[in-house]
Amino acid sequence: MQTSASTATTQDRIEVKNTTCYMCACRCGIRVTVKNGEVRYIEGNPEHPLNQGVICAKGSSGIMKQYSPARLTRPLRRKPGSERGAGEFEPISWEEAFTLITERLARIRATDPKKFALFTGRDQMQALTGLFAKQFGTPNYAAHGGFCSVNMAAGMIYTIGGSFWEFGGPDLERAKLFVMIGTAEDHHSNPMKIALSKFKRNGGRFVSINPVRTGYSAIADEWLPIRPGTDGALLLALIHEIIRLGLYDRDFLVQYSNSAELVNLDENSSEYGMFVRTEVPEEEGCFDPQNKLWWDRNTNKPVVTHAAGADPFLLGEFNLKDGTPVKPSFQLLQERVKDYTPEWAEGITGISAATIRRLAHEMGITARDQKIELPIAWTDAWGKEHETVTGNPVAFHAMRGMAAHSNGFHTIRAMSILMSLLGTIDRPGGFRHKAPFPRPIPPCAKTPKGPEGVQANTPLGGMALGWPADPDDLFVDEKGEPVRLDKAFSWEYPLAVHGLMHNAITNAWRGDPYPIDTMLIFMANMAWNSAMNTVQVRDMLKDKREDGEYKIPFLIVCDAFQSEMTAFADLVLPDTTYLERHDVMSMLDRPISEFDGPVDSVRIPVLPPTGECKPFQEVLIELGSRLKLPVFVNQDGSRKYRDYPDFIINYETEPGSGIGFLAGWRGKGGEKFMRGEPNPRQWEMYAKNNCVYHYHLPRSYQYMRNWNQGYLEWAQRHRLTRYAEPINIHIYSEVLQKFRLAAQGKSDGRQPPDRLRQRVDTYFDPLPFYHEPLEAQLSDNARYPLNAVTQRPMAMYHSWDSQNAWLRQIHAHNYLFVNPQTAQAQGIADNDWIWVESMHGKVRCMCRHSEAVEPGTVWTWNAIGKSKGAWNLAPEANESEKGFLLNHLISEELPANRDGAHLSNSDPVTGQAAWYDVKVRIYKADAGEPEQTSPQFTAVPSAPGTRKVRPAWQAYFAGKGKWK
Amino acid sequence: MEMTQLALVIDLNVCVGCHACVTSCKEWNTSGQAGSMSDDRPYGADPTGTFFNRVQTYEIGAFPNTETLHFPKSCLHCEDPPCVPVCPTGASYKRKEDGIVLVDYDKCIGCKYCSWACPYGAREIDEHQKVMKKCTLCVDRIYDQNLPEAERKPACVLACPTSARLFGDVHDPESVVSAAIRENGGYQLMPEWATKPASHYLPRRKTRIKIHADELSRADNPLKKERQLPQPGKSEPSLDDVTSW
Repeated sequence: MQTSASTATTQDRIEVKNTTCYMCACRCGIRVTVKNGEVRYIEGNPEHPLNQGVICAKGSSGIMKQYSPARLTRPLRRKPGSERGAGEFEPISWEEAFTLITERLARIRATDPKKFALFTGRDQMQALTGLFAKQFGTPNYAAHGGFCSVNMAAGMIYTIGGSFWEFGGPDLERAKLFVMIGTAEDHHSNPMKIALSKFKRNGGRFVSINPVRTGYSAIADEWLPIRPGTDGALLLALIHEIIRLGLYDRDFLVQYSNSAELVNLDENSSEYGMFVRTEVPEEEGCFDPQNKLWWDRNTNKPVVTHAAGADPFLLGEFNLKDGTPVKPSFQLLQERVKDYTPEWAEGITGISAATIRRLAHEMGITARDQKIELPIAWTDAWGKEHETVTGNPVAFHAMRGMAAHSNGFHTIRAMSILMSLLGTIDRPGGFRHKAPFPRPIPPCAKTPKGPEGVQANTPLGGMALGWPADPDDLFVDEKGEPVRLDKAFSWEYPLAVHGLMHNAITNAWRGDPYPIDTMLIFMANMAWNSAMNTVQVRDMLKDKREDGEYKIPFLIVCDAFQSEMTAFADLVLPDTTYLERHDVMSMLDRPISEFDGPVDSVRIPVLPPTGECKPFQEVLIELGSRLKLPVFVNQDGSRKYRDYPDFIINYETEPGSGIGFLAGWRGKGGEKFMRGEPNPRQWEMYAKNNCVYHYHLPRSYQYMRNWNQGYLEWAQRHRLTRYAEPINIHIYSEVLQKFRLAAQGKSDGRQPPDRLRQRVDTYFDPLPFYHEPLEAQLSDNARYPLNAVTQRPMAMYHSWDSQNAWLRQIHAHNYLFVNPQTAQAQGIADNDWIWVESMHGKVRCMCRHSEAVEPGTVWTWNAIGKSKGAWNLAPEANESEKGFLLNHLISEELPANRDGAHLSNSDPVTGQAAWYDVKVRIYKADAGEPEQTSPQFTAVPSAPGTRKVRPAWQAYFAGKGKWK
Repeated sequence: MEMTQLALVIDLNVCVGCHACVTSCKEWNTSGQAGSMSDDRPYGADPTGTFFNRVQTYEIGAFPNTETLHFPKSCLHCEDPPCVPVCPTGASYKRKEDGIVLVDYDKCIGCKYCSWACPYGAREIDEHQKVMKKCTLCVDRIYDQNLPEAERKPACVLACPTSARLFGDVHDPESVVSAAIRENGGYQLMPEWATKPASHYLPRRKTRIKIHADELSRADNPLKKERQLPQPGKSEPSLDDVTSW
């Protein structure tokens, strides 16, 4: 390729390589121009399906990440005699590091593998880290999902078999009305910006529901400021209005959801609240057998669902021949939302009843009267042929703003139900799935069911994370108590499908449910912005037992940068940057699929590793080989894979399965896809094809995939799924009802410990309901009247970019944004120093008046504040002098309450961290107080191997050999 | 008017304020002909550096009728640029062939007259090289025959995820920029200064849905199939409230 580096001379060595960005989790295709070994330019790859040539502020600043002075370049060991947190390190060799880790982990694995815990941040390699943990045999593995957006994943997947972001999204190409609720600017980043712009230019109407008007909300046609944590009330009122007026898509609900299925309402039956089945054989597989009943309007009799010629009632109550009273589940939904009127919701949400009604009418009428008919023939799972694909062009998107509340699971169930009532699931103009979704409800993966799944020198007897379908799928001991350190899949958080990383350190420190020996943290800043209750978590990391040993005896941290977390490590492993390594965005993890078919992609190094940096993938392959974990060694115990690229090519999920990390160019000559023998030239083929593999499904397989026979059989043939059964929408969740029956003592299987019965009974409601967030229930709302939330700036990703010389000029420190009327009530002027205080702690920061926030909410940009010296910033840097972290105000545990003393501050269904539940008050700082953020932390020194000199100024110019 | 005048048109209706234009400009230009672009205190207090393009965010109106406006700003390549005549050395000049306003670093003495003359604050002094710097419309990209034609555009235009930045000849009525200005109410900043900025902005535009009351009821209302019709609330007014016959 010809160079675009305009100042190149003939002597210059110019290389242009494609790879995948990693300045956030979006994973855009990038083209990197390297001049004389230094990065000249990073641009969006125009031939990449995800970003189509565009790039964001973060992606364009990759140069300053590559050459950041915060980069770790050598393995480090905590200096003997120094304390954790002080950041005193000495360099060691990789061989010493590997020997040390291998000895320690081999001993743990031979005795009690669960004493090793592996927790990772937003790493994009969960398929490999999860495999390593499983092979090691520890259940104590999770990535960041539990403190990110697990409610979105679980709430949607347990309802429609798919979810937003990687696994599905709004079809803005065809939508006419788009409703965005509580979305931060980075989920999903460039594709959302591309689509939003096209949507607006095509005349679509964009409504944003958010306490704050920033970013995407700025260009909304209408902004509806809502009080945080009340989205559920709004959604239930919208459902109320849509059912009241008959604005739902009846045909869609009848055919494709369980709305018409009859629920047993005999209170004396052990089947109370369960669907009535025609026959009750042992049900195998993780799908819904089609053995439930409708009440047919034509014959006025119960019939098997989808019976030819049948048309069921959605409303009414009936008695079976044996007298059993039954109702269609839609009737139960109508009863549920009866009192959730717009007037009721107005008092909770702050949005007027008239506006809620109008929004419901806009949704219902747009869906009903602007139908799309695509001339695409398809066959449904019951064999019925359709000449067209229908679409109702109302699309939704939501993310963490809705998810990060303790009532988020039911809120997101309500949203999924609203989307279904409008008939918008996997249809043009509505929500569209992305492979490998849709999946059965719930998906098939399961954890072990008890402590016997954890055995010395043995891989874990199941997945570390799974999708419980009933109480027997929980991961608990005979007393019903947790097996996992974070208590996921216990009765406290039964559907904690992404784990509870936010409680891992606290639990390990307390030794509840048990103490551990070694914790390996990859790319997660658990001593700062990824921790709730940051100040005390930092103390826990350095707290000691009476015998002088740390309560968490050994802490290994792998990161590319000197974060706040590295200071607490006993051993630091320097990771590479994204420009220096191989990586896969795998179908086994979270690929970058498009609506029209599966897509996966790779990173290929454009630069050699800096210093002694080693990709974490290579570290895992090395450790797996040394520990002789089965998949990493041959039968004779010898090392199986040369390195990570070799592993990616040759690893198969089972010998001969033909399924590996990459779906493209499989088979000996690259002639197969999804499934096929390893291809020794697979990396080259990705490199030649923009680092991406995109399979376009036939058009007849691109829609209605929950029920599309052609698609389901295609997915089964290509082993995306084991079953080709229809995936009906769970308007009414029998899965939740099973847990409730257990809590009520009505079922035969496992039952919760008595202290948790009421909790499970309350929150495992088969229909969505609104409840006030748990912290608000347990705090003094008169003293702490305000909600406090964070937003993500588009130019920063979590804490990653404060070491970036260009991006930190955009956000060097943050303010607390307060509505002027709220501020003035406290006598607080613009730019005043104030205290913001919750029941858990307080922070001194600067206030900024903003008319773009509802008066009951205060907010700030997430993770701009830094601890002194971290990220190798100067002690006087804005980030630690004026920047602040809201995390100090948020607890990882609830105040003691009737359910117990150490419950996580999380959703009681999923364990989702309830970041946005915190209630605060604000008041002016005293005139005599220092104009400096509080709390302050002792500065840590620059780690050995980081750049020692912070220049007074710099001027980047690629290609002169000054930077590489 | 017949001469070419290259310019940007920035669509405020779709700009989400992501700053892609800000840093893509910097990464292209710092190692390009207009570079370098220095950064002071890059890892210290109050970091500040040279940018040819910045995004400012404004709040308009009072809650709840607040608009948040993201406003990208760079040199507007005025047709009558006040920065040119004030330059004592001739360093600040406007190109005849395409209307781009540039600074010749070899002639610039860093006197800052031009930045005082610019009513838009679009120029930045490089304190280390002691020369005035500004947007060049990526003049070292847009004529580069080594680039595919689709990529001969300023870095900010290629980067912009919402394609809020359009690039072309505002004197050519057939160009994408002229059409956008004509059809979408494109406007210039502070026309009263008579600088005739070549770059234009497109205003916010709102899409609404009009619902007619009779659209709420339909003969095929699905509730009919449930032996139910939509019922008015019992407490809603009726004749019973007002008359007893």
